[in-house]
Amino acid sequence: MPTTPFWRYMFYAGVVAIVIIAVFPFYYAVMTSFETGTAIFKPNILPEMFSWQNYAQVTGQRAFASSILNSVFIASTTVFCALLLAVTASYALARVRFRGRSLLLMTILGVSMFPQIAVLSGLYELVNFLGIYNRPWALVMSYTIFTLPFTVWVLTTFMRELPTEIEEAAIVDGATPWVIITKVFLPLLWPALVTTGLLAFIGAWNEFLFALTFTISEDMRTVPVAIALLSGASVQEIPWGPIMAASVIVTVPLIILVLIFQRKIVAGLTAGGVKG
Amino acid sequence: MSSDKSTNASPTAGKTLNLEQQRVRAAYMFLAPMLIMLLIVAAWPLFRSISFSFTDATANTIFNGQSEWIGFDNYVEKKVRSNGTVRWKGVLVDKDWWNAVWNTVRFSIVSVALETILGLLVALVLNAEFKGRGLVRAAVLIPWAIPTIVSARMWGWMLNDQFGIINEIMLTLHLIDKPIAWTASSDTAMIAVLIVDVWKTTPFMALLILAGLQMIPRDMYESARIDGIHPLRVFWRVTLPLLRPAILVAVIFRALDALRIFDLIYLLTPQSDSTITMSVLSYRELQQFGDYGEGSAMSTLLFLIITGFVLLYIKLGRVDLSGEKS
Repeated sequence: MPTTPFWRYMFYAGVVAIVIIAVFPFYYAVMTSFETGTAIFKPNILPEMFSWQNYAQVTGQRAFASSILNSVFIASTTVFCALLLAVTASYALARVRFRGRSLLLMTILGVSMFPQIAVLSGLYELVNFLGIYNRPWALVMSYTIFTLPFTVWVLTTFMRELPTEIEEAAIVDGATPWVIITKVFLPLLWPALVTTGLLAFIGAWNEFLFALTFTISEDMRTVPVAIALLSGASVQEIPWGPIMAASVIVTVPLIILVLIFQRKIVAGLTAGGVKG
Repeated sequence: MSSDKSTNASPTAGKTLNLEQQRVRAAYMFLAPMLIMLLIVAAWPLFRSISFSFTDATANTIFNGQSEWIGFDNYVEKKVRSNGTVRWKGVLVDKDWWNAVWNTVRFSIVSVALETILGLLVALVLNAEFKGRGLVRAAVLIPWAIPTIVSARMWGWMLNDQFGIINEIMLTLHLIDKPIAWTASSDTAMIAVLIVDVWKTTPFMALLILAGLQMIPRDMYESARIDGIHPLRVFWRVTLPLLRPAILVAVIFRALDALRIFDLIYLLTPQSDSTITMSVLSYRELQQFGDYGEGSAMSTLLFLIITGFVLLYIKLGRVDLSGEKS
């Protein structure tokens, strides 16, 4: 915080600018979503009218409703599977010294960061081979590519920070590694699981490339694909009103979640990046 | 005396070894499900994609096994016409491919640089103590929480040439004298993409850097202030060097994301040659043209570029990404 009055004003001006830039686009989308007819085409900062028509139009489409259900199902199933596999794996990675651990950790991190397009054609073949093309399971399977390494990675950093004394005490009492995980660590890990799960959920909810490639019919789409392919009567005519309404519908729950879990999310995001 | 010691020590040593062995065995069991899953969903498809790049597979032949092995012809192929003239074909001599490479590199460098600088600024602001800091931090998280597809649509609307608020604001402020077709014109398409990407990902950068800032002890600033050292000097000499690891890690995460960018460009500037990236071009080859050979060759090249970049970065920056050595 600057001490001279001039720099203090500058500082607050900067703060205000940051807030406006961060919030304005979403505010503008919300405002547009309530406008119809000619009002929508007049660029204005304050709303000129208020109508639920765009929302009625979007929610009235059966395909949009089913795309929300698809997204909810796919994202939650993906997160559940990833957490299930990640808890035991991250215990091994965080708590047991074995040869090749560093290399394995780096490989896992590498998998979470490599370009999705690099596996697209191979995955397309696999999805068709398994007969799950245009099925939610195709996306649940393919989202594991990025949710699983990510959850393993973050849970490993969380688990490293748990005190060794607890584990040593359990070992002295004769607890097996499985008992240590389920009875000793899991109760302590709940906050970390919520954070990781939430971040993985957001990742799966927002994914676009696989969802675009592995679904073909309108009722199998996920929310991002549905919004991207929402079209009007003609190709040129983009239905901005309904698009903004749909965007607001799928974004508001995310924003609420993020604001509620603000601190936990920041902790989760930085867990992999910065050493504590 | 010495024999007494060894008899006392050996049973315990044997026991800990067993316990350790047991733990290592359990560790392998615990890792197995995850590793098998990753082999199925990541390693195998990657291997198949790379294999496709050496075949003439198309959307029709990909499933019936009728595609043939053609070696490196998708990458570069020498064709001799009947009249003796030599023509080169393949991705590596494809103008469109090099255009996409250039776009991706340009986009990655500019976006990551801007995001690092702005992220650092935002992090410094959030690290200061002032009224309403919690609210500002919450506001900054909003762009991050919005799905990329949604932000592409939102900004596509704001940057609209006829009805967009951005043009309206700039016209009112007399910054421009006629509306700009931000996403359609080849001069501004990249700027439009950069604006949206910087807006969306600066919060991520800021949060990572902020976490690094908060680990710097406050009394370090305190003593610098008492010694009367200029704040800017403190920033260059103390803050920035201590932040280096945090920034390096944040930059690598962002750079990897930028190099593979797909959604934003696919939706915001679908027709523009001046923004098409490696991922988008490869996708177009695969899905639109059904050319699995050439499309996979492109995705394989992108994979190699990113792998090379990571190895180089880790070597040069000596970044300890695994956190093992701390």
